[in-house]
Amino acid sequence: MSVVLDPKVPDGPLAEKWDNYKFEAKLVNPANKRKFKIIVVGTGLAGASAAATLAELGYTVDAFTFHDSPRRAHSIAAQGGINASKNYHGDGDSVHRLFYDTIKGGDFRSREANVHRLAQVSSNIIDQMVAQGVPFAREYGGLLDNRSFGGAQVSRTFYARGQTGQQLLLGAYQQLARQIGLGGVRLFNRSELVDVVTVDGRSAGIVVRDLITGEITSHAAHAVVLATGGYGNAFFLSTNAMNCNVTAAWRAHRKGAYFANPCYTQIHPTCIPQSDDTQSKLTLMSESLRNDGRVWVPSKIDDERPAAQIPENERDYYLERLYPSFGNLAPRDISSRAAKRAVDSGRGVGPLKNGVNLDFQSAIDRLGFDTVWERYSNLFEMYERITGEDPTKTPMRIYPASHYTMGGLWVDYELMTTVPGLYCAGEANFSDHGANRLGASALMQGLSDGYFVLPYTIGNYLAPMLNKPTPGTDHPEFKAAELAAKARYHGYVSIGGTKSPDHFHRELGHIIWDYCGMERTAEGLEKALAELPALYEEFKTDLRVTGTDEGVNQTLEKAGRVDDFFQLGMLMCRDALEREESCGGHFRVEYQDAEGEALRDDENFSHVAAWEWTGDPMTSIRNKEELTFDNVHLAVRSYK
Amino acid sequence: MEAIQNITLKVWRQDGPADGGRFENYNVPEISDEASFLEMLDVLNERLINEGKEAIVFDHDCREGICGTCSLMINGQAHGPARMTATCQLHMRKFASNDTIVVEPWRASAFPILKDLMVDRSAFDRIIEVGGFITAPTGGAPDANLIPIPKPVADAAMDAAECIGCGACVAACPNGAANLFTSAKIAHLNMLPQGQAERFARTEAMVEKMDEHFGSCTNHGECEAACPKGISLDFIALMNQDYRKSKFKNRKSLSRT
Ligand SMILES: Cc1cc2nc3c(=O)[nH]c(=O)nc-3n(C[C@H](O)[C@H](O)[C@H](O)COP(=O)(O)OP(=O)(O)OC[C@H]3O[C@@H](n4cnc5c(N)ncnc54)[C@H](O)[C@@H]3O)c2cc1C
Ligand code: FES
Repeated sequence: MSVVLDPKVPDGPLAEKWDNYKFEAKLVNPANKRKFKIIVVGTGLAGASAAATLAELGYTVDAFTFHDSPRRAHSIAAQGGINASKNYHGDGDSVHRLFYDTIKGGDFRSREANVHRLAQVSSNIIDQMVAQGVPFAREYGGLLDNRSFGGAQVSRTFYARGQTGQQLLLGAYQQLARQIGLGGVRLFNRSELVDVVTVDGRSAGIVVRDLITGEITSHAAHAVVLATGGYGNAFFLSTNAMNCNVTAAWRAHRKGAYFANPCYTQIHPTCIPQSDDTQSKLTLMSESLRNDGRVWVPSKIDDERPAAQIPENERDYYLERLYPSFGNLAPRDISSRAAKRAVDSGRGVGPLKNGVNLDFQSAIDRLGFDTVWERYSNLFEMYERITGEDPTKTPMRIYPASHYTMGGLWVDYELMTTVPGLYCAGEANFSDHGANRLGASALMQGLSDGYFVLPYTIGNYLAPMLNKPTPGTDHPEFKAAELAAKARYHGYVSIGGTKSPDHFHRELGHIIWDYCGMERTAEGLEKALAELPALYEEFKTDLRVTGTDEGVNQTLEKAGRVDDFFQLGMLMCRDALEREESCGGHFRVEYQDAEGEALRDDENFSHVAAWEWTGDPMTSIRNKEELTFDNVHLAVRSYK
Repeated sequence: MEAIQNITLKVWRQDGPADGGRFENYNVPEISDEASFLEMLDVLNERLINEGKEAIVFDHDCREGICGTCSLMINGQAHGPARMTATCQLHMRKFASNDTIVVEPWRASAFPILKDLMVDRSAFDRIIEVGGFITAPTGGAPDANLIPIPKPVADAAMDAAECIGCGACVAACPNGAANLFTSAKIAHLNMLPQGQAERFARTEAMVEKMDEHFGSCTNHGECEAACPKGISLDFIALMNQDYRKSKFKNRKSLSRT
């Protein structure tokens, strides 16, 4: 039986909700904070900022990451920038505009109150990061510089060369490192969460596997935060780092946390096209390049002339043609589909005809080589290293790739999952981006969750628990979870089949990309739902993991992650099948208007789908959170 | 796309920190020149698994040259033959058919080998934990534009901040020194107005922690040549200057909050 979820949005006018909440929230006295143990899993922007701030407040924090150092979390790879409604350039930005752009960008499928809070705290994030020494780009007068990103008509993106994520993560990592040095945080590196433990329906702690020794241990806490990133690697090929995975969120899901909107995945329009079958990773070329790069394909089918020999009037600058007011800065979902259509029409460029041009020639003519080079040099160099081509001489070739996942664990206004005491932050939750995320908003959300939201909301949960006993790691639930985890990892090694985890991951990725990628149909999804369980059965009987479950074994790590991707993959397809509308990154071919734009069905689908685990992803229960829009008018999302 | 043929890999295999380790030879009959070096290892690993053997363990993650997780001495060079390029961004077009390629882990006493090509670099984190930060608790920050920072200053701090913490500098150094890494972090923070309050305490603490774990710098300059981000040796001079000042003026107590 399905339930309707209550997001616990505070009362009052939109702009006052967060202040009202903070005033009403229960507090833990400073001297009592150290009595509470909080586990933070993940040390990306969301996790590092949360762990550091919670420890500053005085809580006892244990931080876990599967990386060797917190500084290596996938956030490090973000290139383009971070949004904030500072309006430093007086171009009409405001909290309300950032709120509106995010709601609209998400195709009216996100929760108003959360998005508004995000827009409100965005300014504090920039202040905080500058105070910590993040060397954001400056203008000659010494003030902060901004650039534009897709889906916005104001310049609100702060950046540090092409390495914004790196600089922000280093900032958050430094705050975390300071707390580790002071003893407020204990760090468990190279430790992977393999299960979440609940006792009497409440979060009690986690079970982790030491990636160096293979040892499996339990850790108890009053509250647990999962900040474990997105699941874009379900597609096998993606711009995510190789080790990104869904295991933490999935294991929590299996212990009672609902999984929201798994079909909302973002395919980023500007990645380097695949060059051959051995490829294991796709590389993103930052969206910021679309500030100055123009996207085009030849007007003629199968035009094999080099770009320079194709005259202006035989080029189709299709984004400028289709979306004149946003042009090359049309949002990601729209740009990606347009690129797919251009390539599918036989006008793709490059040796495999699997890309479109991103051309900097007009920018170089207009601004001069030096200016363009200064803006993008590290991206140009990276492109040249990978492809062997100089993008200032011939256009870059780009194509869409899996990049970000809007779906994730369902959380309420306090970022608590459906399991009391279990929180989820950053890309791992579903909270703020609806059906499509705008560029430069993920970094903003991760830092908002970690620095400015969780430190308030967790106290509200902990305060009534003061001096009450909580289950320790000797509780039978911990022992049972440990045994199950041991059996699980030992099981992979004992199958003794014939195919590697990577083999299965690649096959799985193919199915999801083909049927649950940029365009989806009921027929395709049903096909995927027939193929996936069969392939999963094969995985369970024909997997080969060499080595043992003791000591370092990366093949074994991969096996566990692929297992969870299989189960998630089925849920993604089921979610996509049941959402009979097109919205944002979820494009169902059956639901489009005469011009091929997404057709939402607000009457029947203005809700969040939050899936409940039943023991088999093919039978999970679809629960709903109704979305109400009191402050924006539900409009057709037009960027024309 | 062209295929490169008949590559011989001599790869360091070591079962654990206590094991002596040895080279093992593997033949890669054919690989596309578009493949990255790590993709070649992926292909080889898949083959090893198919043959029932253990895959070669190596650290990697972003494969975009930014997370600093990948390592590898390739033919005796940290991150291989391409300048300013991390191993994950090295492509097979830099090699030719019939090449023999020697692949080893970072070798430095501060980076013990965990298995095969994977080492423990957590000594870097210990250096940051004692001072590689600006104390700025969440919530109390003034407006970001309150302190204008001249563009050249912000740019110079950014040049230092680009360090990815991969450890190539340590691996390339005959003494296993971490001066380039430590100085990059110190310079990033010491050059910024926000970093002034803790400047000397930071320098002193970080340099001393570094000396506990790593060898000493004798100005070989191998580190700069190996650095995938082109971090400049000038930062070491800056660090030394600040360290001397902090000792000489005994500013430690002054800048401590
Ligand atoms: C190439 C690229 C470029 C991007 N550019 C931008 C940009 O310009 N602007 C923008 O706003 N967004 C950008 N994004 C998106 C953004 O970077 C991410 O959404 C964001 O950084 C996610 O942060 P996070 O803290 O939620 O998770 P992550 O940074 O992914 O961190 C996850 C953490 O969880 C840990 N972890 C995961 N699972 C486990 C487990 N089972 N056990 C223990 N630890 C675990 C990991 O070790 C890691 O520490 C980009 C993304 C990519 C792929
Ligand atoms: S894998 Fe991230 S820098 Fe090489």
